[in-house]
Amino acid sequence: MKIGAPKEVFAGEARVAMTPDSAVQLKKLGYDCAIEAGAGAAAGFSDAAYAAAGVEVLPTAEALWSGCDVVAKVRGPEPAEADRLRKGQTLVSFFYPAQNADLLEQCKARGANVIAMDMVPRISRAQKMDALSSMANIAGYRAVIEAANNFGRFFTGQVTAAGKVPPAKVLVVGAGVAGLAAIGAATSLGAIVYAFDVRPEVAEQIESMGANFVFLEFEPAQDGAATGGYAAPSSPEFREKQLAKFRELAPEMDIVITTALIPGRPAPKLWLADMVAMMKRGSVIVDLAAERGGNCDLTVPDQKIVTDNGVTVVGYTDFPSRMAAQASSLYSTNIRHMMTDLTPKKDGVIVHNMEDDVIRGATVTFDGAITFPPPPPKIAAIAAAKPKPKPKEPTPAEKRAAEMAAFRSQTRTQVGALVIGGILMALVGYSAPEAFLGHFIVFVLSVFIGFQVIWNVSHSLHTPLMAVTNAISGIIVLGALLQIGSGGWLIAVLASVAVLIATINIVGGFMVTRRMLQMFQKS
Amino acid sequence: MTFGLQTAAYIAASVLFILALGGLSGQESAKRAVWYGIVGMAIAVLATVASPAVGLSAWLVVALVIGAGLGAVLAQRVEMTGMPQLVAMLHSFVGLAAVLIGINSDLAPHHLAGAEKTIHEVEIFLGVFIGAVTFTGSIVAYGKLAGRLSGKATILPGRHLWNLAALVLSILLMALYMGGSGSWTLYLMTLIAFVIGAHLVMAIGGADMPVVVSMLNSYSGWAAAATGFLLGNDLLIVTGALVGSSGAILSYIMCKAMNRSFISVILGGFGGAKGPAMEIAGEMVAIDTDGVAAALNDAESVIIVPGYGMAVAQAQQSVSELTRKLRAAGKTVRFGIHPVAGRLPGHMNVLLAEAKVPYDIVLEMDEINDDFPSTDVSIVIGSNDIVNPAAQEDPNSPIAGMPVLEVWKAKTVIVMKRGQGTGYSGIENPLFYKENCRMFYGDAKKSLDELLPKIG
Repeated sequence: MKIGAPKEVFAGEARVAMTPDSAVQLKKLGYDCAIEAGAGAAAGFSDAAYAAAGVEVLPTAEALWSGCDVVAKVRGPEPAEADRLRKGQTLVSFFYPAQNADLLEQCKARGANVIAMDMVPRISRAQKMDALSSMANIAGYRAVIEAANNFGRFFTGQVTAAGKVPPAKVLVVGAGVAGLAAIGAATSLGAIVYAFDVRPEVAEQIESMGANFVFLEFEPAQDGAATGGYAAPSSPEFREKQLAKFRELAPEMDIVITTALIPGRPAPKLWLADMVAMMKRGSVIVDLAAERGGNCDLTVPDQKIVTDNGVTVVGYTDFPSRMAAQASSLYSTNIRHMMTDLTPKKDGVIVHNMEDDVIRGATVTFDGAITFPPPPPKIAAIAAAKPKPKPKEPTPAEKRAAEMAAFRSQTRTQVGALVIGGILMALVGYSAPEAFLGHFIVFVLSVFIGFQVIWNVSHSLHTPLMAVTNAISGIIVLGALLQIGSGGWLIAVLASVAVLIATINIVGGFMVTRRMLQMFQKS
Repeated sequence: MTFGLQTAAYIAASVLFILALGGLSGQESAKRAVWYGIVGMAIAVLATVASPAVGLSAWLVVALVIGAGLGAVLAQRVEMTGMPQLVAMLHSFVGLAAVLIGINSDLAPHHLAGAEKTIHEVEIFLGVFIGAVTFTGSIVAYGKLAGRLSGKATILPGRHLWNLAALVLSILLMALYMGGSGSWTLYLMTLIAFVIGAHLVMAIGGADMPVVVSMLNSYSGWAAAATGFLLGNDLLIVTGALVGSSGAILSYIMCKAMNRSFISVILGGFGGAKGPAMEIAGEMVAIDTDGVAAALNDAESVIIVPGYGMAVAQAQQSVSELTRKLRAAGKTVRFGIHPVAGRLPGHMNVLLAEAKVPYDIVLEMDEINDDFPSTDVSIVIGSNDIVNPAAQEDPNSPIAGMPVLEVWKAKTVIVMKRGQGTGYSGIENPLFYKENCRMFYGDAKKSLDELLPKIG
């Protein structure tokens, strides 16, 4: 089958769904690859580079749409593009089926199978094809770069001969993929980063990226995590608390990056006009939720504005496209992983398995029917935060009592063992002859010495230990030696055999021990 | 040689043996300590041969020369991967010698009466019994370790009953023997003890073998001690007790490292799961040679966790070469050794030492476990249960509570494995499904040899 990527028609879109690298991988799956002339130009991939990777370069979109069995795109199809779909053709792209019901209807009518990359379920197995995460990662990084570009100061604190520069303070609201990427980029530029999220279980992730988690005391515990790894809307009381916290932080922050989104709803307003008014002149707000209305009151989608008090509000919606080369290579890799799952036999033939959780979740039209919305995913993305039981601090009296009890039970066992041992000894002493008791003392003391000595043996020398004990247990040869001349021929034969095998032990054991110990060398 | 001089020689030999064992606390002192052992043994044997009771005979010289020759050949030929077999074989010799000496004592005339006679007969019986169990147990262990017998646990129906019946029968025979029924009771008991030994070890397999080997080590010591009582020889008693307690401690360490009781290992089998195992989410992600090379070239610190699989694939030389290359590139490379890795206590240390991995970068589990979070790449070669996070995360797992190497805390884990199967215990390993884990399938030695040119 042939898989092709057309040039994106959406104005300003620089990404492309196939790169020369991903084409090489797709060919390994058994597919032929095609690309529309000039499709990769805006992302820095020339037609020649595609041709060199063995990709067929088709002159027009027309030729591409009609010549390919699978079409891979970045943006969802424009109505004109959707009209080019034919029965049985597969389209892989972002689609946002909830917002684009008409388009969905149109694709169904054309009989095409549409796989929406934005509908890939957020489970571990599907992470490699999670294009939303790939794009969010880029957006988070780029948001910091945009902020730095519009911020007239250093991010990192410095002490220079010309004076001291304080580090910039950055607040990241929403610690999803984009938020975490922003935290990472901002901390590596040297800023002091604070981050907020409604899901308490991400605190650990935030701290692992080097930011401070803005903790909100709230009872009863608000669980902001819905299934599928996204945030759920929060209660009015919680929201009030949250806004109060932001008002407290606003005057201190130099950079605010908001990334809060709730699936299927307009972005929540979290950074209100009065907070912007409280901020210092020269501060920057980057609103990654601009496309869905913005988290900030003043955001104007696709524009950068400067408020009366000198705060810059960046509302761009095309951050991934602004880093088209990076975005294309990640997105095309996501597509390639999706194709890998669709091609279990690696023979270039799509097996559209609707039993597979990931494929089922991402497919929005199949075989002339709309298959959206999918059944809910079964596995939660992040294990819910376990309630942390506070270990009860024992009072000194309790501690003492516990120690005393432990000491007493230990004393009891030891005294018990000694008493039993003593009784057994007394029994042996009462009945056994003197000669035996002499040997018995030697035996008991040797066992004690053995325990003391062996505990100190290094773990790494346990094999040589076994070999050397093998050798010295060959001391049993003494017994055989003493018997060899003490009776008839049968005794002599048996004793000789015993001497022979015990000697093997002695010589073999010592020699192999020496061999092993020689090998242990220090570096 | 007078009796006094002989006793003095035995005392010297005892002290030298204790020093020989004590010296094993460090790699350098051990090299000296083994000479103490050799000298002690020489003193003991010479003093005995020179005593008026023995005297040099042709029999003796022939036996000594043949034995020494065989021992030397064995020690020279053995591969380090074959150490477990050799150790098991040597245990069987001690067991057999104890049996022969016990039977000889029965054959030899004596003039004891009363309590002394009773004790003498008990000593014979015990010495032969322990020796016989050690002998066949070690033979079976040898067969399993050498691959001559199936390594799996062979479990007969009602095996505990069989063992118990055999034990009761042996005790009955002892009573008959002491009642003067004749030597046949001793011989019959010897046969029964042979069966017990073989049957006991038959039922244990795989990763439990280190416990079996150290247990047999202990038995061989007790057999020597019992022989010492029988002959009234203090040096035998001392040495037997030293070896016996050494084996007992090794068994204890091994069992603790598996969080199981000695009884449960010896009586065999893993306990049943206490509830449904935790569900494992995610999938195993494979990685190719280039990916591993890239990960290692980017890493600054690497911890390698070898297991029995490394010994099976004979990959220790390649591992050593990898270590050398990574260290030459200025990276920190260390090894983490679980106490029960391999089929013999300390097996991995010896294999790595043979491949010339310096011992100061080979660390114990307790020494290295805290360092995984600050490690870039951990490489698991042919081990499974000892790196299974279920031991910590899933209270229902059969190995819950077993101390494990926390490899998954490293930034990336690379697991070298032949296929997708489970380990000895048959438990799924959630490690393989972790996000930071990559599976590097294939024969460990072959994969490493392909990897080596790409490092550096």
